Amino acid sequence: MKIVVCVNHVPDTETKIKVSADNASIDRAGVNFMLSPYDEVAVEEGLRVKEKFGGDVTVISLGSDAHKETLRKALAMGVDKAILLKDDSVRDSFGVAKGLADELKALSPDLILCGKQSIDYDDAQVGTLVAEMLGIPSVAVVVKLTIDGVKVMCDREIEGGHETVETKLPCVVQAQRGLNEPRYPSLKGIMAAKTKPIQEKPAVAAERLVETVAMRKPPAKSAGKIVGTDKTAVPELVRLLHEEAKVI
Amino acid sequence: MKVLAFAEQRDGKFRKSSFEAVQAAKKLSADLGAEFVALVLGSGVEAIAPQLGNFGAGRVVLVDEPLLAEYSSTASAKVIAEVAKKEGADIIVMAASQMGKEISPRVAVKLNAGLASDCTALKVEGGSVIATRPVYAGKALIDVKVTSPAKVFTLRPNVFTASATNGAATVEKASIALTPDDRSAVVKEVKVASGRPDVTEADIIVSGGRGMKGPENWHLVESLADVLGAAVGASRAVVDAGWRPHDEQVGQTGKTVAPTMYVACAISGAVQHLAGMSSSKCIVAINKDKDAPIFQVADYGIAGDVFEILPELTNELKKVLGK
Ligand SMILES: Cc1cc2nc3c(=O)[nH]c(=O)nc-3n(C[C@H](O)[C@H](O)[C@H](O)COP(=O)(O)OP(=O)(O)OC[C@H]3O[C@@H](n4cnc5c(N)ncnc54)[C@H](O)[C@@H]3O)c2cc1C
Ligand SMILES: Nc1ncnc2c1ncn2[C@@H]1O[C@H](COP(=O)(O)O)[C@@H](O)[C@H]1O
Repeated sequence: MKIVVCVNHVPDTETKIKVSADNASIDRAGVNFMLSPYDEVAVEEGLRVKEKFGGDVTVISLGSDAHKETLRKALAMGVDKAILLKDDSVRDSFGVAKGLADELKALSPDLILCGKQSIDYDDAQVGTLVAEMLGIPSVAVVVKLTIDGVKVMCDREIEGGHETVETKLPCVVQAQRGLNEPRYPSLKGIMAAKTKPIQEKPAVAAERLVETVAMRKPPAKSAGKIVGTDKTAVPELVRLLHEEAKVI
Repeated sequence: MKVLAFAEQRDGKFRKSSFEAVQAAKKLSADLGAEFVALVLGSGVEAIAPQLGNFGAGRVVLVDEPLLAEYSSTASAKVIAEVAKKEGADIIVMAASQMGKEISPRVAVKLNAGLASDCTALKVEGGSVIATRPVYAGKALIDVKVTSPAKVFTLRPNVFTASATNGAATVEKASIALTPDDRSAVVKEVKVASGRPDVTEADIIVSGGRGMKGPENWHLVESLADVLGAAVGASRAVVDAGWRPHDEQVGQTGKTVAPTMYVACAISGAVQHLAGMSSSKCIVAINKDKDAPIFQVADYGIAGDVFEILPELTNELKKVLGK
């Protein structure tokens, strides 16, 4: 089975976000970047599908040279090949998907894995955009994946429950936390990743369809009232919620 | 210009977020001086279509086909894009629900449209739509403009209002040719958990953290949630420990929520947790550590022991709410 996992390189979840001088993007100085957490789950799932059915796993990322760090992390986890679709500009999701779809068409994998969303712009678009561009099915927010021949069953989260979706290979599966517990790269894996090549090629051009006109910090919340330190504070809390905040 | 709002239904019931999308899209069309139409699709759902009149839809297009009985992202997207083309609609609006998030990118590709997802505000400036959306898990907000002629917007549930009025809608049936191949991904089974609302849709959420000590103490969180008609949430520490299912996790790698009230019980308030809930309208924290970061975002708090306070709070609310 030929498996491709799309991975994004995003700011660490601990990062304090500062808006840069252009008022349209973040200040990248001092920000740590990492493999997007849902994409890590997708990489793990790719490795497990390979362990079960054989084949190989390729990771692919579209972005600047900095994305190599994330590709190396995936290599250290055990994937076979890594491709960097190089582009230093900031693309919208459509542009990212177009670049990925172009390369994926050439690779023609049986299974494409993505994360449910990148934790930078939280778009939750690229996986499904790619699927539609390739004319193949997709399932989002997947917490269980079962493959039987070409038949694919996915459990996905919906509001207040789950649904089971039937589809078939080739398709795009977008991973949600809970699908698996990603492995830590072994020391051997980390060493091997240093010498595995990352194939680099330019990403096909794409026009922007969504433009960021401004970025700002949300209004800061000021610390509220500590009503008390034991259960005698409860009636006052309830009164405040009822009369002041009017939420109950 | 024409705005089309897709109103999602499941089992013949609209979601609240569908009404929110219809009402917000109607307002957008008025601000733009554009025409407006709502779309319902499914099988045997004719009876519910007129409900959209109460949220501002004068015209509702109904696509009712047996092949739409089970939800399929591919078939739904095809219908929405075809109707948009027939209607000459250039702005498509839907909820950023689990269904909307799966359908909207496909509609965008079919219409060669830019997509602004999970928007929390829409306004018209100089004749164009400016959408606001949270990024970096709400640590920043961006204003975006879709520059393609066709545009798709999905709206974060629970942010826009849906207030019913007495409006009447005319329902027009449309047929879109579908084949079984259009359902290349299709739902086979739906399992809806407990009677409680989902955290993304609830007006009130009661969440528990590691300080609850173990799953056996969750009845304290659940009892409070039940008096309030609230959803139950959890921190990642709790989900990782296996005390609660991960679909209850709130935070940067869990769900992003914006309820009217969020009650954090024995949750420290790590940045990743705050990222998912800090836009809640009223935050209440109960934590025995008065220096816990959760108090920095809380509107009200009790710096005390959850095991003492939760039962008392539940009882007091029972009295006050007459339950
Ligand atoms: C990549 C990444 C992603 C993450 N994503 C998320 C996410 O989406 N959501 C999330 O929640 N976390 C996330 N985290 C984890 C986050 O950093 C914290 O570890 C987690 O939120 C802590 O959970 P907690 O507040 O329940 O536990 P703790 O931090 O252990 O806090 C427990 C609190 O309970 C209080 N307490 C203890 N006993 C009592 C008592 N009897 N009465 C009252 N108070 C009491 C303590 O004072 C303490 O403040 C993520 C971390 C990483 C690295
Ligand atoms: N630049 C990128 N390179 C490769 N894959 C990406 C990139 N951006 C997003 N993806 C994939 O698409 C998923 C959804 O991303 P997004 O639409 O940005 O939220 C991610 O979890 C990745 O799997």
